[in-house]
Amino acid sequence: MSVKLTIMDQMSEIAREHGKILAPLRDDLVLLDSGLDSLGFAVLVARLEDQLGVDPFTASEDALFPVTFGDFVKVYENGAR
Amino acid sequence: MARARPQSLRQRIGDGSGLFWDRAARVAISDLVGGTSLGGRLCELAGKSVVIATGSQLTTALALIELDGIARRLTILPPDAEPAHFAALLAGAEVDAVVVDRDTRAHAALALPIRVTATTDIVADQRLPAAALETEWVMLTSGTTGVPKMVVHSLDGLTAPIGAGRRLDGAAVWGTFYDIRRYGGLQIFLRAVIGGASLVLSSSGEPIVEHLLRLAQHGITHLSGTPSHWRRALMSPSIRKISPRYVRLSGEIADQAILDSLHTMFPEAAVGHAYASTEAGVAFEVNDGLAGVPAGFFEEMRDGVVMKIEDGSLRIRSPRTASRYIGSDAALIDAEGFVDTGDILALRGDRYVFAGRRGGIINIGGLKVHPEEIEAVINRHPQVRMSLVRPKASPITGSIVIADVVLKSGSQSREVKSELLQLCRDALPQHKIPAAISFVAALDVAASGKLARRQG
Repeated sequence: MSVKLTIMDQMSEIAREHGKILAPLRDDLVLLDSGLDSLGFAVLVARLEDQLGVDPFTASEDALFPVTFGDFVKVYENGAR
Repeated sequence: MARARPQSLRQRIGDGSGLFWDRAARVAISDLVGGTSLGGRLCELAGKSVVIATGSQLTTALALIELDGIARRLTILPPDAEPAHFAALLAGAEVDAVVVDRDTRAHAALALPIRVTATTDIVADQRLPAAALETEWVMLTSGTTGVPKMVVHSLDGLTAPIGAGRRLDGAAVWGTFYDIRRYGGLQIFLRAVIGGASLVLSSSGEPIVEHLLRLAQHGITHLSGTPSHWRRALMSPSIRKISPRYVRLSGEIADQAILDSLHTMFPEAAVGHAYASTEAGVAFEVNDGLAGVPAGFFEEMRDGVVMKIEDGSLRIRSPRTASRYIGSDAALIDAEGFVDTGDILALRGDRYVFAGRRGGIINIGGLKVHPEEIEAVINRHPQVRMSLVRPKASPITGSIVIADVVLKSGSQSREVKSELLQLCRDALPQHKIPAAISFVAALDVAASGKLARRQG
């Protein structure tokens, strides 16, 4: 499965578990408007580390957390290579 | 009668005081000098033990200003207080009156003989009762399993960190992501009142984007939150609309990454992190942009605060410390007057860095979690032999909870995992539900017979 599909999969799974409604995941979607809260993203980053073997935010010293869904996917696509 | 009583909060409001906003209302704090938000019923609360159960931070702020010096005891219910604990808390604090607002959630335990409604409409009142008492301020801890501990402070102790010479000019506009019903947020509220500054409060359920836009609209100059609050704010494009002069972090350990991110976002701002706890009060502020604590802080008394490290953990002796717990025989301070914070510090070069908490307590976005509480839920499953809940570093909430589980049969089925998650969902709030569950063959048990917990 591609990195992007894995992320989408996990986001809908976490939204379901947390009883949230996930917005359509377009690249320009602002993450804070996606329906997941901070805890949801914390869980997402932890599960992606399990699945993709990388936590690009902890690994990097300087990365500002991405703002849009597209940016978020890019951070992982760059990190997972 | 002759004993000198410190000035009440209402008496400390000056002519230069500012405006307090939430999403729905705007209040000029100077109106409280000869006015009331309590519908003319303040006198009924004189000498009483009052619980503040307001739903909005703004009515909380007004009620606190009005009741200091009037009520015998003020117990502040935080917004996330567990309703199941209300009855025990109210009995412990011998509460005989409640202040509510239109957002207070209905609850049987709050049906007290005296029930006063706070609003954001301040009405002039020539016959306000005079401050006659040194009110006990009671705050609830977040770090305990079961009923929170009730911690007694005085206004003098709470305001000691603010300092006499630091009255801000009236142009200062404070904001806080941290609720003012918790110690870290209350500090910001008190700074605004005593400093004559303005204050922008969030409303319950307000999205971060709208909160940031209001902070921008009111020209925020001083803004405070936990590292987790800040990480979330940095995820919002609206963060670019604010330009605070002072950025403050407290309530969780600030790591270098979040300090650097804030410096990058606000290159002109002073970025400082403060260490405080409900019991110990504010111990110190670090303003050099680096994580951890300069070792020099331990070499001398600073603003009346003495710090030391004993058995690895930070100990604080300070005039800002709470005096005692209500309803518990546990000692808040040791024989020498030190509070044991339970935070483990390790020396790295010329700074002390935080290396987790004694007892394995996990801090998730400012909420403390005891792993044992979660393990107890997991261990209820008939297939589980034992479990270990531990923190995992998270770039978003500081830590999250994960669980290692040893099964009885060794059958690591997918069904057991989803049953365990369901058990946790039924019994625990969201932040205590493990983000991941791993099945392991065995767990280390220490010589004491307890599970071996690593510092996280």
